[in-house]
Amino acid sequence: MQISARRNDKTTIFDLSGDIDFANSPEVRQSVLHEIQEIRTSRVIVNLSQVRYIDSSGVASLVEGLKASRDLGSRFILFGLSTAAREVLQLSRLLKVFEIYENEEQALAS
Amino acid sequence: MLALNSNPRLLSVVRGAIEPLAETLGFPAVQRRSITRAVDEALTNIVRHSYGNRLDEPIAMYFRRTQRRCAGKVQQGLEILLCDSGPAIDQQKLRGRPLDEIRPGGLGLHFIHQAMDTVEFTRMGRTNRLRLVKYLSETSNAL
Repeated sequence: MQISARRNDKTTIFDLSGDIDFANSPEVRQSVLHEIQEIRTSRVIVNLSQVRYIDSSGVASLVEGLKASRDLGSRFILFGLSTAAREVLQLSRLLKVFEIYENEEQALAS
Repeated sequence: MLALNSNPRLLSVVRGAIEPLAETLGFPAVQRRSITRAVDEALTNIVRHSYGNRLDEPIAMYFRRTQRRCAGKVQQGLEILLCDSGPAIDQQKLRGRPLDEIRPGGLGLHFIHQAMDTVEFTRMGRTNRLRLVKYLSETSNAL
């Protein structure tokens, strides 16, 4: 799994790629929560288009990001759901819970 | 049979083995992914809950073809048995949680039950045994 961040004034985009599982989801969780709670970025966007696999711990990391952003009045957005990511969020009944866009352009315009 | 230790870094290796195995047995792509997800979540539960995140505890996995008779037809399937030597598991905790509450955690068991036709946990001696079975649907290719 690889995670990288692109930042401007009010928005940070995390690009995730590869497999997100129990071995590396703590890194996702830590990165997202740091951005929301410490940096206080008002809009955090997560790019899931290159995610080949995501397990329940990866989903939990996203849910924690969503909850943290709600607590602080910021926004937490997903875009580009890969087949794997969409399946897992659907199984978790979370597709309508997250703010989700098809691509980065739409996410940034939101 | 596949013997591994409880290092989470090996999860990707197992996933890499399960999906082609399921493909060989004729499971379609959606079911291959769900079977792989179920096994991955089951192994994660062993690492977390049975072994308390210790990295070098033994896990044994057994795979075999199986079949059942359903509505007068024989259904072929894949049986996966996961064995660990952790303490006995409280079976009350193996039911998963309702999904109407939005919170992190507790989704793994849901994924396992969603994916597999049979999910059976037994304790034999000092071994926890989780038996997972998935049968091919009628529209899938035969084994």
